[in-house]
Amino acid sequence: MSALLLARIQFAVTVMFHYIFPPLTIGLSAILVIMATLRLKRSDPVYDRMLKFWVHLFAINFAVGVATGIVMEFEFGTNWAPYSKFVGDIFGAPLAAEGIFAFFLESAFLGLLLFGWNRVSKRTHWFATLMVAFGSMLSAFWIIVANSWQQTPAGYEMVNGRPHLASFWGAVFNPSTLPRFFHVLMGAWITGAFVVTGISAYYLLKKRHLEFAKKSMAIGIIFALIAIMGSIFFGDMQARQVAHHQPEKFAAMEALFRTQAGAPLLVLGYPLPNLGINKLLSFMVYFNFNAKVTGLDAFPPKDLPPVAATAMSFHAMVWLGMLLFLASLFGVYLLWRRKLFEKRWFLRSLLFLIPLPFIINEVGWVTAEVGRQPWIVYHLLRTRDAVSITVPAGQILASLIMFLLVYSLLFGVALYLVRKMIQKGPVAHEEEVSR
Amino acid sequence: MTLNVIWFILIGVLITGYAILDGFDLGVGVLHPLAKGDQERRTFLNAIGPVWDGNEVWLLTGGGALFAAFPPVYATVFSGFYLAMMLVLLGLILRAVSLEFRSKVQSAAWRRTWDTTFFVGSFLPAVLFGVATGNLMRGIPIDHSGAFTGGFLGLLNPYSVVMGLLSLTLFTMQGAAFLSIRTEGDLQNRARKWLLSAWAVFLVLYVAEAFWSLHEAPYLFARYGRSAAAWIAPVILWAAIIAVPIAALRKRFGWTFLATSACILGLNAVLAVGAFPYLAPSSTDLNYSLTAFNSSSSPLTLEVMFILALIGMPLVLAYTAYIYWVFRGKVKVEPEGY
Repeated sequence: MSALLLARIQFAVTVMFHYIFPPLTIGLSAILVIMATLRLKRSDPVYDRMLKFWVHLFAINFAVGVATGIVMEFEFGTNWAPYSKFVGDIFGAPLAAEGIFAFFLESAFLGLLLFGWNRVSKRTHWFATLMVAFGSMLSAFWIIVANSWQQTPAGYEMVNGRPHLASFWGAVFNPSTLPRFFHVLMGAWITGAFVVTGISAYYLLKKRHLEFAKKSMAIGIIFALIAIMGSIFFGDMQARQVAHHQPEKFAAMEALFRTQAGAPLLVLGYPLPNLGINKLLSFMVYFNFNAKVTGLDAFPPKDLPPVAATAMSFHAMVWLGMLLFLASLFGVYLLWRRKLFEKRWFLRSLLFLIPLPFIINEVGWVTAEVGRQPWIVYHLLRTRDAVSITVPAGQILASLIMFLLVYSLLFGVALYLVRKMIQKGPVAHEEEVSR
Repeated sequence: MTLNVIWFILIGVLITGYAILDGFDLGVGVLHPLAKGDQERRTFLNAIGPVWDGNEVWLLTGGGALFAAFPPVYATVFSGFYLAMMLVLLGLILRAVSLEFRSKVQSAAWRRTWDTTFFVGSFLPAVLFGVATGNLMRGIPIDHSGAFTGGFLGLLNPYSVVMGLLSLTLFTMQGAAFLSIRTEGDLQNRARKWLLSAWAVFLVLYVAEAFWSLHEAPYLFARYGRSAAAWIAPVILWAAIIAVPIAALRKRFGWTFLATSACILGLNAVLAVGAFPYLAPSSTDLNYSLTAFNSSSSPLTLEVMFILALIGMPLVLAYTAYIYWVFRGKVKVEPEGY
């Protein structure tokens, strides 16, 4: 295998594994803020148990997220040296800003969140929770800034064949930054929410820790519905932005082979057997049923992304997301009718829905990154010209095998610990604390 | 031009901040096998528990800042040191998860496993950072186009390996100094002994490496021949080296830790003053070297980054100091801890 292919596989493996964890911790941290606020406002000890239990889950996943995140920070330099030289003038700044404004905040206050129970007041502890959540959101923002610049470069001028920064804010708020940031953030909130509802459903089904489970479930299901509605809103906005700024990617997502007026919306991803809804795509992009939408035929084949992978991952994201929307809508309805905690078939479904948001996050990113190919920086640098030429294929193979082994181990151990923690439950944890 | 100098210094500050702060975390990890019994092992972990993650962010920020300010250096050095970098990453991954996973299961075999990975995960970076520094000091093979032309085995030359041992002992000394502040009784006495042993080895290695550098990296000494002000850096280093055993023998542990931190600061300053403006000197031809002037980002990027640093770093220092203040005093092994 060539060094280029190995480097691409390694990047895909390391980034996809990494991205199992940050959405969960970003989402959980927002929910932790809600729980910490309730703990502060109401003197009910159930909120102590709640916060401790979910902080515990947060900590395990945060550790793996940090450990695998370090790899990403250095992998640009080790495996993509020509890319790093090419984009350094612009791409490095958000990474550094992420360190200065987000990682420091998040990790410093995480120490207080995890170890400060008996050392600081409830109010200070609440503030630490808030700062961890805020830091993790800022971190998402800056990394999305960096990635969005690869998708829709802006705020630069070409000097000696390389983009130089011309406007910092122009680069930061490039056309895709805001819709993508909010879409990604909502995806993270959904992940945190469905993990909370899934685990709470497990306790309700087992009839254990009922008070804890009911309160957590109520917070989780409402939060899930809000986050999914937000995700659909910003996702729609983002898709329209892609249609305007990256038309070939949009055409691949929708598998629109021919440029046409009144373009149909395909129900399933190409190459699955499809049903097209007439003129709907034109309406969704331009709010006009007869508008012309650019198809794949408008571009030379060498500039097109792989269509099947882009279209299928996009449609998988949309349909699985709709499933979660219906589940959370129904869940909130049941909560309102005071039937949620007794509907056993629905609780069981919530338990089995836990993996879904993780899958949705991954396929969403596959759409974004595969859909950008063959470019590493849209219309400026091709992926094949960006790989380190000084690193031999054998060394990449060695590091790839190392990552596969270590990450499999981490995944197994993290799952084992989370399972063990769930079986022990929040009350047992309290008993351990008082021992 | 001034911004290039500022960023050379700021990268140095970030690396030094990392070495001082995560230096004690790595040192505690290297010393961890010397702990007796589960209670003592947990004491080690809880001593660094609330702060190690924040300390590691100095490395992430340093990496990001190097990428932003001097992209060709980030690209050439990181890809050139490929396998070494991968081993550092392996170490940092293992260390992070060992800390978090170890206490979660009450089983001797489970804990032994994560104790081992915690040690390996601390030992590997502690040595490899020194090996990398040694290679950068003597210069790495860079051709006229700024591309690295060496291999992995070339990095394992005797001079750089000794530099690796030097950084290992320096971090061990730093870790022992930190432990002696945060522990008491028998453990504190032993930490002090480890500190003094590490100091003795460090002194020998430092003197050897300093004379060896006259032969391996003569360009590092040029500025010291021209400028009297340059000598501030070695004077700090030497004063700190002398202060370490004095403070330790008098059991002034706060001062000891300041002195070991000043050793790290002094050593980095000595190297930076000697090396400026070289960031990655070329052993092929010194004219091919990557410097703060020929390898920087555009003036606008340097300026914007400088403003971000001016806004961000005081905040970081303020709340980091607050967190250290909250967790001052002796370590207590609490149920919520590691």
